Amino acid sequence: MIIDTKIDITALRAKFPILHTEVNGKPLVYLDNGASSQKPQSVIDAISRYYEAENSNIHRGVHTLSANATMAYEEVRKKVQRFINARYDHEVIFTSGTTGGINLVASSFGEKFIGKDDEILITAMEHHSNIVPWQMLCERKGAKLQVIPISDEGEIDLKDVERLLTAKTKLVSVVHISNSLGTVNPVSEIIRMAHANGTPVLIDGAQAAHHTPVDVQALDCDFYAFSAHKMYGPTGVGILYGKEEYLNAMPPYQGGGDMIKTVSFAKTEYNELPFKFEAGTPHIAGGIGLGAAIDFINSIGFEAISAHEKEVMQYAISTLGTISGLRQIGTAKKRAGVVSFLLDGIHPYDAGVILDKMGIAVRTGHHCTQPIMDRFGIPGTVRASFAVYTTKQEVDKLAEGLERVVRMFK
Amino acid sequence: MENTIADREAEVVEEFGMFTDWMDKYEYIISLGKELPLIEESKKTDDLLIKGCQSRVWLHAKMENGKVVFTADSDAIITKGVISLLIRVLSGQSPESIINTELTFVERIGLKEHLSPTRSNGLVSMIKQMKLYALAFKAQHNGQ
Ligand SMILES: Cc1ncc(COP(=O)(O)O)c(C=O)c1O
Repeated sequence: MIIDTKIDITALRAKFPILHTEVNGKPLVYLDNGASSQKPQSVIDAISRYYEAENSNIHRGVHTLSANATMAYEEVRKKVQRFINARYDHEVIFTSGTTGGINLVASSFGEKFIGKDDEILITAMEHHSNIVPWQMLCERKGAKLQVIPISDEGEIDLKDVERLLTAKTKLVSVVHISNSLGTVNPVSEIIRMAHANGTPVLIDGAQAAHHTPVDVQALDCDFYAFSAHKMYGPTGVGILYGKEEYLNAMPPYQGGGDMIKTVSFAKTEYNELPFKFEAGTPHIAGGIGLGAAIDFINSIGFEAISAHEKEVMQYAISTLGTISGLRQIGTAKKRAGVVSFLLDGIHPYDAGVILDKMGIAVRTGHHCTQPIMDRFGIPGTVRASFAVYTTKQEVDKLAEGLERVVRMFK
Repeated sequence: MENTIADREAEVVEEFGMFTDWMDKYEYIISLGKELPLIEESKKTDDLLIKGCQSRVWLHAKMENGKVVFTADSDAIITKGVISLLIRVLSGQSPESIINTELTFVERIGLKEHLSPTRSNGLVSMIKQMKLYALAFKAQHNGQ
């Protein structure tokens, strides 16, 4: 039995059926967790069980199945509330994912609070889904997008935040952990500085919610968005946390069933939180799956998760450091979850194709963060990203694979 | 001897029949990629560029004695290797036969994955672009 840390990795990996499959005739080495993590059997079972025994629409029927489904779904909302330590469960909005959450804020908060010549502040390391919705909003409103630059290491300087926060700044939206560089941003400091300026803050937690405990009250962020599928849960469902005072002040996002109290052709009265922002039948099974994913994370605990992931991360950074011609892109002092790199003279695509032949799944390309690639003047990177079930042996296999890639393209 | 697209495809398929494992096959593709006559850096203008999400492809076409002659380049070697095979099969053929062909060799040599749109390496668009060039040359010819 291999025990890397306090976590019994063999037992843990046994819970993930897909980790035992073969790809191209080789045992799968899955290092693309930043794109989407794999799912434990408990999550898969929760979704199947829902469809086998509980399926029914929620918030509507008086019949038992519907009542049970509603209860199960609303239980998950409470579970998420505890998971991120939100003050109220109605501050927890089910969305389709991080992208869905950010678009909700851009549309609804943007409608109410952003006007001509106002500014929205982001960083140069944002995912496209934390850039484009703001650009669209700026276009609609005649507002302006301001960008906090990043250093060669892939870090922001708080002095730049200070400089760019002005009376015009009406929202700050920054990524908690960068999906391309692994940089862990000083979000607490940013939030403090923004609040001192009277500006609310949205945190893109897509790459953070499964690596580190998130306490939205301690952070004091105004919005926090994340996706279930990156934290061992299903695709198509995510969470937007928002402070009650903002959510109440914001107009509804989409219109439809569930988000209304009364409808007549003369006037519609909107439902209260959180339903005001949840028009239509949601991804109920997905929500149930997210609940199981949170149970899975809680069953290990963030202390053990962080310890293990730190160890794997450190090991990856030093092991990849020994490969000649390998240059890491993103060398921030605080990094988590991903290592991005380039091999001298080898296109990331070429490296990715050969690694795939060896059963090693990495991501290559710009990782939906084209501005970062432009910033570094590169076409893209090879990115290895880790999860709680990643082992040092897998990192070794990646290193062997890369040595082989280097030999093949010499 | 006829040297049709089908003949050339058969030739490539036979050549790849020698390889028993993926390593040999890819080493061969890489060597083809390295050999491909390049488009000069200064000539890689945006009008020749086919944007893939992952790798970029430049394609140039001209008419010579009633045949279409292609040159191409890519920033990724494996993409370039596959390009070199496509050029070997399609370059020097008549516009008519390029327009009408349904290429099968890529699939037959087990490289179909490289023509998957999800790879976004520019190859699918490149084949489309090759046919568009052939169409344009044919129209030009008919118009004369
Ligand atoms: C930092 C970051 N933000 C946002 C997203 C978008 O997440 P989703 O596609 O689940 O909406 C991702 C996913 O790759 C991400 O890594």
